[in-house]
Amino acid sequence: MINKIMTADEAVAGVQDGMTIMVGGFLATGSPEVLMDALVRKGVKHLTVIGNDGGLHTGQPAQFGAKTPRGIGKLLENHMVDHLIASHIGVNPLINEQIAEGTLRYTLVPQGTLAEKIRAAAYGLGGVLTPTGVGTPMETELDELGREKKVVVIEGKKYLFEMPLRADYAFIRPSVADKFGNYYCAKATKNFNYVMAGAAKHTIIAPEKLVEIGEIDPDYFAVAGVLVDTIVEGEKKWQI
Amino acid sequence: MADLKARIAKRCAKEFKDGEFANLGIGLPTMVADYIPDDVMVTFHSENGFAGIDAVVENEEDVDVDIINSGGTYVSAVPRVKYFDTAESFGLVRGGHVRATVLGAMQVAENGDLANWIVPGKKVAGMGGAMDLCAGCPEVIIVMLHTQKGAPKILKECTLPLTAERCVSKIITEMGVMEVTDDGIVVTELHPDYTKEDIQAATGCELKFSPDLKPMEEE
Repeated sequence: MINKIMTADEAVAGVQDGMTIMVGGFLATGSPEVLMDALVRKGVKHLTVIGNDGGLHTGQPAQFGAKTPRGIGKLLENHMVDHLIASHIGVNPLINEQIAEGTLRYTLVPQGTLAEKIRAAAYGLGGVLTPTGVGTPMETELDELGREKKVVVIEGKKYLFEMPLRADYAFIRPSVADKFGNYYCAKATKNFNYVMAGAAKHTIIAPEKLVEIGEIDPDYFAVAGVLVDTIVEGEKKWQI
Repeated sequence: MADLKARIAKRCAKEFKDGEFANLGIGLPTMVADYIPDDVMVTFHSENGFAGIDAVVENEEDVDVDIINSGGTYVSAVPRVKYFDTAESFGLVRGGHVRATVLGAMQVAENGDLANWIVPGKKVAGMGGAMDLCAGCPEVIIVMLHTQKGAPKILKECTLPLTAERCVSKIITEMGVMEVTDDGIVVTELHPDYTKEDIQAATGCELKFSPDLKPMEEE
C-alpha cells in the first residue's frame, strides 16, 4: 500500500525558491507548525504565500501570547516571503515593517472571496461570482496576478468575477487523520484547512493525531484522503 | 465615553429577536451581546468558524486552544454551537442567513455607503471579513460615537474607500437612532440630552426627522 508518511524535512524537500504555497490557519489557530519549522530549516526564499493572515509574531496575541512566532509568522520572521495574499495583514507587525522596507508586497482579498477562490481551484471551477467588493477598491484594483476584475450583472445585481487561486504546495493541520490522509479539523481550526486540500499540486498534512485506517468511523472525516499526498507526524496540540 | 458606548450597545441590543442569527464586529459591537435579555436567544456568528460564540475566556486554565474569535482572542462557545470552515462561514453570510451584522464605521453616507476598513496612507490592516458581511447580511447596523473628535462621520458622500455600497440600514449613536431610507437618513429616536439642532449640527448631511420621533430609550 502507498505510504504517504514522511518526515517534515522530506515533505518540504521539493519546495523551491519562488514557489507559491498556501497555509491553513486563522491567526495561527490551525496552522501546521512542524511544516513551517521545516520550511525555515530548508531556508527557501521568495515565496508567494496564500493564507488568511500573516500568522502571529512573538508575544501575540496579547491574551496568553506565545514565546515564538506562529504559522506564517515564522516565514515572515525569516524573510522568506515576497508576496502575501491574505484578507488581513494588520495583526503581525512584521508585515507592515517589511512592506515599508520594500521587501514584501501584498494582495488583499476579502475573507469569503479568498476561500471561494481557493475552493474554485480545488473543485475545477473557472472562477466565482460574488457580490463582495462591488463598489470598493476590490472592483478597481488588479488581482494577485495583475489581472483586471470583471463586473457581471445577473438579474440586475452586480457581482465581481473572481479567478481561482492555485499553489504549488498546500500545508494543512488536521486534528485527526488516518494513514490514508482522510482528516478533520476540530472546532475553529477548520478555517482554510478544508478548502486548501486539492487546490495545490502537492498537499501536505500535519495531523495532531494519526490513527490507523479503520480505527475510527469514516463518517468522522471531513476531507478525503485522496487529496492528500504527504502526511507528517509530530504536530502537537498548541500549548499556551 | 464608556457610558456613551454602553448607551449605544444597550440600545442596539433591542434590535434582536429571540432565535436570530447575527454577527458582531470587534470593539463596541461586541458589547452589544452583554445587553441581550436572558429570555432572548441570539446565536452569534464568529466568521472565523462557528455559530454560537459565547464569551472571552478570562482564565488560562479554561482556554480551549482550538476556539478563537475573529480577533484571535480565546473564547468559549454556547452548547448549541456549530463549527464550520471559512467557505461555509461566508456562504452563510453571502446567502443572507446571518440576519444582521453590527459594525463600527469611519464614515457612513446618506445613501448607506460604508467606509470602515482603510485610511489611505496609514498602516494597512485589511478588510478581513468586513466586505463579505456588509455585502451579504440583509441588515448592517452601525454603532459608533456620532463624531470623530467633533468631525461628522455621517456624510453626504464617503471620502474614504468603501467597504460596501448602499449597505447600511440603521445607525445608532449616543445622540440617537437613524434609519437609512431612499429619502436619506431619518432620525427615529433622539436622546433627551440633545436637540434636533444638536444632532443636525454634528452630521454632515441633511437629516430628516420621523413624524413619530421618540426619545432614545436607555433601558
